[in-house]
Amino acid sequence: MALQDKYKELVDTAKTSGVSDLQVREQDNVLYIDGVAPTGSVKDKLWDVYGRIDPDFRAADVVMNINVSTMAPGGKAKVVTEKSNLNIRKGPGTDQPIVGKASHEEMVTLVSKMNDQWWLIRTDGGAEGYAFAQYLAPEN
Amino acid sequence: MKKTSLRWLTGMLLFFLTSIVFYSCGPKDTDINAAVDAKLKAIPDLAGVTATVKDGVATIAGECKDEATKTLAESTVKGVEHVKSVVNNCTVTPPPAPAPVVIAQDDPLTKSVNDAIKDYPTVKAEVKDGVVTLTGELNRSSNKKLMQAIQQLHPKKVENKLTLK
Repeated sequence: MALQDKYKELVDTAKTSGVSDLQVREQDNVLYIDGVAPTGSVKDKLWDVYGRIDPDFRAADVVMNINVSTMAPGGKAKVVTEKSNLNIRKGPGTDQPIVGKASHEEMVTLVSKMNDQWWLIRTDGGAEGYAFAQYLAPEN
Repeated sequence: MKKTSLRWLTGMLLFFLTSIVFYSCGPKDTDINAAVDAKLKAIPDLAGVTATVKDGVATIAGECKDEATKTLAESTVKGVEHVKSVVNNCTVTPPPAPAPVVIAQDDPLTKSVNDAIKDYPTVKAEVKDGVVTLTGELNRSSNKKLMQAIQQLHPKKVENKLTLK
C-alpha cells in the first residue's frame, strides 16, 4: 500500500481525467497502472505527474501502460519522429524490409493495431505497412 | 338450550373478531410489501435485493455488491410508507480479487525492447526475468519517450540506470 500512497496523485489524476479500464495493482513492490486515456494530452499529463513524483523515472517501482483511445483503427495519427522519416515495413519488426516512408509530422491513417508496438498504417501517398507505435501520436 | 346458543354466539363473535383483525392487518403487510418491491425494482443497483414485510417490519435479503448498496437498500425500504423498521440481512459480495499482472516472457520482451531502443544507439538494454535494465547515455529530453515505450511492453520493472545528458 505504501506505493499507492507515494503515487496517490498519479492514480487520482488518472481517475479524474476519464481514464477508462483503469487498473492499479501492486505486486512484488511494483505498482502497475494500466488504462486507456481519452486523449493524448491526458496520457502526457499522467506521465508529467509520474515524472514529478519520480524524477527521471529511476525508482523502478512503477510500470505505467496507458493507451490512448483515439489511437483506433480508422483514426489519424501524426508521425512524431525526432526529425527523420518514419520507416514503413512489410511486417511488424525492425528486421522486416522497408516498403515506404512517412515524413516527419505527416498525418497517416491507422489501419489496425498489431500489438503495443506496431501499427498497420497507410499514408495519403498510398504506402501501407507496419510502423513503430512509439513514433505515432494521436491527433489531440 | 340457552347455554348452547350462548356458546354458539360467543364462537361466532370470536370468529368475526379474528376475521376483522386478520382483514385489517393481512392486506396491509402485502400492500406494504408490494410498495417495497416496486421501490426496489425501480433502482437497477438493487437488482439482487428482496424484502419481506411482516407486521410492518421489513426484512431485506439477497446480495448487495458493496456496503453503499446495502445502505441504499436500507434507506430505500425505510422510506416506504407504513414500514416501521428494517432488518437488513443483505449480504455484501466481496469484490473479486484483481487479476494478477501479466509479465512478458523474456524472449519476446527482449525483441521488443531492442526495437524500442533501436533509435538510441547510446542506450543498452538487458532483459532478465522480466526486468529491463537500461544503461548508457541518453538526452534527458528523450527519457520520457523511451520510458513510455519500454513500460508498455509489460516488463516486471524497468531499472533506469541511464546517464542523462
